[in-house]
This record gives sequence, structure tokens and C-alpha cells, in this order.
Amino acid sequence: MVSETAIPSRAASTPAREAWRAFAGNPAAMAGLALFIVIALVAALGPLLYPVDPFAIVSAPMSPPASDLPLGSDYLGRDVLAGLLDGGRVTLVIGISATCCTVSIGVLIGAFAGFYGGWIDAVLMRVTEFFQVLPPLLLAMVLVTLFSPNLMTVIVSIGLVNWTGVARVTRAEFLRIRQQEFVLAERAMGAPTRRIMWRTILPNALPSLIVITTLLVGTAILFEAALSYLGLTDPNVMTWGLMIGQSRNYIWETWWAVTFPGLAIVLTVLGNCLIGDGLTKALNPATRAR
Amino acid sequence: MSIFRLLLTRILQGALLILAVVVFDFLLIHLAPGDPAQMLAGQLGGATAEILAQIRQEYGLDQSVWVQLWTYIRHVATGDLGTSYYYNLPVLSLILQRLPATLLLVVTAQLSAIVAGTFLGAVAAKRPDAWLSRLVDVTALIGYATPVFWLGIMLLILFAYLWPVFPVSGMETVGFSGDALARLLNLLHHLVLPAFTLAFIYLAQYSRLASTNMQNVLRADYIRFARAKGLPERTVTYKHALRNAALPVVTIAGLQFGSILAGAVLVETVFDWPGMGQLTYDSILRRDYPLLIGILLMSAVVVVVVNILTDLSYRIIDPRLRRSP
Repeated sequence: MVSETAIPSRAASTPAREAWRAFAGNPAAMAGLALFIVIALVAALGPLLYPVDPFAIVSAPMSPPASDLPLGSDYLGRDVLAGLLDGGRVTLVIGISATCCTVSIGVLIGAFAGFYGGWIDAVLMRVTEFFQVLPPLLLAMVLVTLFSPNLMTVIVSIGLVNWTGVARVTRAEFLRIRQQEFVLAERAMGAPTRRIMWRTILPNALPSLIVITTLLVGTAILFEAALSYLGLTDPNVMTWGLMIGQSRNYIWETWWAVTFPGLAIVLTVLGNCLIGDGLTKALNPATRAR
Repeated sequence: MSIFRLLLTRILQGALLILAVVVFDFLLIHLAPGDPAQMLAGQLGGATAEILAQIRQEYGLDQSVWVQLWTYIRHVATGDLGTSYYYNLPVLSLILQRLPATLLLVVTAQLSAIVAGTFLGAVAAKRPDAWLSRLVDVTALIGYATPVFWLGIMLLILFAYLWPVFPVSGMETVGFSGDALARLLNLLHHLVLPAFTLAFIYLAQYSRLASTNMQNVLRADYIRFARAKGLPERTVTYKHALRNAALPVVTIAGLQFGSILAGAVLVETVFDWPGMGQLTYDSILRRDYPLLIGILLMSAVVVVVVNILTDLSYRIIDPRLRRSP
């Protein structure tokens, strides 16, 4: 006798939907996403709702937080909250741009190394090892110092020093996927290399790449903070690291001027990390909660 | 492959890498905007026409690129990394003078992070759902997200200004006089905050790493066998499991040496620690290119050496790797 259990109807499930479901079920990951969205919103809308020039001297220097100056003023009398809001935009823009740069370089190198193998792989891997020997932040400092500090230099420098991780992951993925049957079939059919690499293999490598890209945004933000703390940035652009660096000699008198920008950095990178961790779990079929 | 042959191979690879870095430095000097002779002499306007001409001749800047490169390599090989514009002293001697202070800071920080991190991780792993394990995870996350220079500043505010337990800056109290022991204690007193700042970021990561490893190790068969043999739990944990869990931590610690050096630059500026980091910051401020590039080169050398040592120690500690190349 056939039991008449109703088969629950379910929308066709794609890997993306599965991943999102896993991600959404992870409270830490969702908290991170919420945090990051809040920060992005504040960065985008803040300066519009609180249109104070972060470089303008609006009060007596070193004023503590008060009703008219929510986060106080720094040693010059500039509004800390304005700096925080303006700095948010710059930080996020630099973080994302630098990451795009990093990922572009890393994926290109890793893809060619993993796909072609042989001497191309050997040469590219030696280049990767070479870049791993140079301490990334130090190299970024040298590059920005040598090539004059402006935002573009900062973005490119950060992009140039962090790509080795991406390259390794991409290479590993290309090596793995290249041997799979659907790729061999395409090659047998005579598909052009460009198509195989970018239309077939790369999309299958996306899960790993998405995770590492997300985490790289956090790294880029931390790098930018360190560089601007040292003064290696455009002095006409307010960033969180610059705020901390400029108030270096007044940390006791104006602790609010160094504490809040730093907290902003911590929260932004924290949100980013939580998202990255959540993505790692969600995109890895082994750890996905069934 | 014996350890000796391995060492030789690694040293050769290391030497090649360092050569590549030297070439890279040469490229940087020549790619950067401005006259390379000016670069070698110092800031624009800092050298007279005669000195520039002299530099051009000495470094062969009026000759082909390849000759220039060879000259540069020759100079570096004899230990001549150029002369600092600001200090007017050889770059190498400046670096070597400051290196011990930085090494003290970095080694203290790394060792504390490794030891404390492994221990904390191991203890947390024994009870994966207890509060310590959760604390380790959260701390690791926060530690990763915190800029090291901001952490240093926060610690300064808390422990040097608010509750003046530690000195505000420097490596020794100015004008301090006393016997050797007193001086050593004074030094250690100054070392605490900077070392802790540098260590914390890595402590957080290592404890999380050790905890994860420890959990895997504790599930392994040889641990079950040790327990079945009737060994007391403490021996199982600390003699057998801990060693295996510590291995990846040591490896990662070695590989991260480069980023610790960069961290040292930031921490030294916060605490006025008179090391190589402080020197780097000064050279950035003053656009002292010869010094800056020299520091980059020396950092690469240190990283290569540490990588070789880590690789060797890894193979010595883990007997399974001794036979394979």
C-alpha cells in the first residue's frame, strides 16, 4: 500500500541558494553582514546628514565630546565625528579598490600557472615566492614613499603586495578543475583556451575565490590604516588611520580623537571577517549544515 | 636527503631569492621618479653638482643598465648599501646598530605568542563548548581586526596614563643609573607594553589555530591508544597531543615573521622603541631612500633566514619528515 505522504514542494535549489541558506542560518555571519551594511550606510549617508568638513576648525582644540560635538575635537579643533564619517567612505573605497587590484593580479598569475603548468608554472611560482619574501606592509610603505603619496599610489601599492595568497589559491583550483571530465571534454571538442580558462574553470573556482577576496578587503583596510597612520597618504583626504596618526602626540589629552577612529576600523574589519568566516562555512559543502 | 644537504639546498635557494631582492631594489631606485643619482645622494637639492657627478661615475650611471646593475650588486655584496642622507652614515651600520632592539622586541613577542597561544589553545580544546574556547575564538577574531598601532595606543592610555603602571616610551628610563640587574629590570619594564601589543595579535591567531589542531589531534588514533594504555590524562594531553598541535603553530609563526617585522615598525613608533622600526619611520618621514631600501633588503634577508630555520626545525621536530626531501 502506497502511503500518501504529501511531497513537500520546494523551489528548484541552486548552489547559490543553498549557500545563501547556509549563510543565513549562521548567526555570526549574519551579524557580520549587518555590521558591514550599517557601516557602509553610515559611510554613504553620514556626510550628507552631518555636512561638516573634517578639516575645518570648528571649535576650541582638544574639546571633549559634548552635545554640539558628539565625539569631541582633535588637537587642532577639527570635528572628530566628521572625520569618522568622511573617513568611512575613503576607507571602504580604498579597501575595495585595492582588493580588486590584488585579485586581478593574483587570479591572472594563478590561472596561467595552474592551467599551463610546466615552465610557465615554474616561473610564475618563483615570482610568487619572491613576493612572499618581501614583508607586504613594508614593501607597501616603500612603494608609497618612493612614488609620492596619493590615493592611487596607495591603492596600487596595497594591490601589488597582497596578491600571493590569491595566486596560490587560484593555481590550486585551476590545477584541480583542469583535470575534471567536463574540462577535458571541452578541450577535446576544440574549445579555445581563453574560453576554457575564463568561462569554464574560473566559475568553478569561485567559491574559494569569493572567500579569499572578502577577507582581503579587511586586510586592505588594515593596510590602508597603517599607511595613513604613518602619514603615507594624501594629506587632503581624511582617513581613520590618518586621524590616529595625526593625534599621536596627544593621545592622553584627546583620547577620543584616537579611540573612535580605531574602533571604527575594528568594527569594519570584524564585520568583514565574520562575513568571510560565514562564507567559508557556507560555500564548503563539507561544513554546510544539512 | 640528509639534513646537511637540505640545509645547503635551502641556503642556495635563499641566496638566489636575496639576489632577486637586490635586483628588485635596483629597479625601484631607477623606476621611482627623479634622478637616481639624486636618489643615491639623498633628497633633491641635497647634493651639489660635484657630488652628483662623483656618484654618477662611482655607480656608473652614465653607463649601460647592465653595468649599473652589476656595480650595484657588487656594492651590496661588499656590504655597501649606500649612505643615509639624513645621518650621513653607512646604511648597513645604522641598521645593524638598531637591529638588536628590534630583535629583542620581535623575538619576545613571537615566543610569548607561540607559548601562550599554544597553551591557551590546548586548554580550550579540551572543552570545545566551554567559555574558554568561545573566548579564544572571539579574541582571535578581535585580535585579527585590531590595528596593532591602535592597540598599542589604547594600552598606553590605559596602563601608562590612566593607571601609570608602565613607562610611556623608550627602552630605558633616561638618565637611569644602577647596577646591571637594575638596568635589566628597567629594560624589561619598558619591554612589557610594546611586546604585549605585538604579541597580542598573533597570540589570538595562534591560540585559535592551536585549539583547532588540538581538537583534531585529540581525536586521533594514537591518542586513543595512549589512553587505552592507561596513561594519565595529563600526560596524554601535554606530552603527546600538545607537541603535535604545536607544530603547525611554529610553522605559521616562522612564515609570518615578515608581517611581524612590519608590525614592529608600527609598534616602535607608538612606544618610541629605538629599533629598526623607528629607523624605518624616520626614513619614511625624511624620504631617506637609501636607508629605506636598505631596510627592505635587510628585512628580506631576515625573512629568508627565518624561513630556512623554520623549515629545518620543522623537519627536526617531526621525525616523519626526516627522510623525505
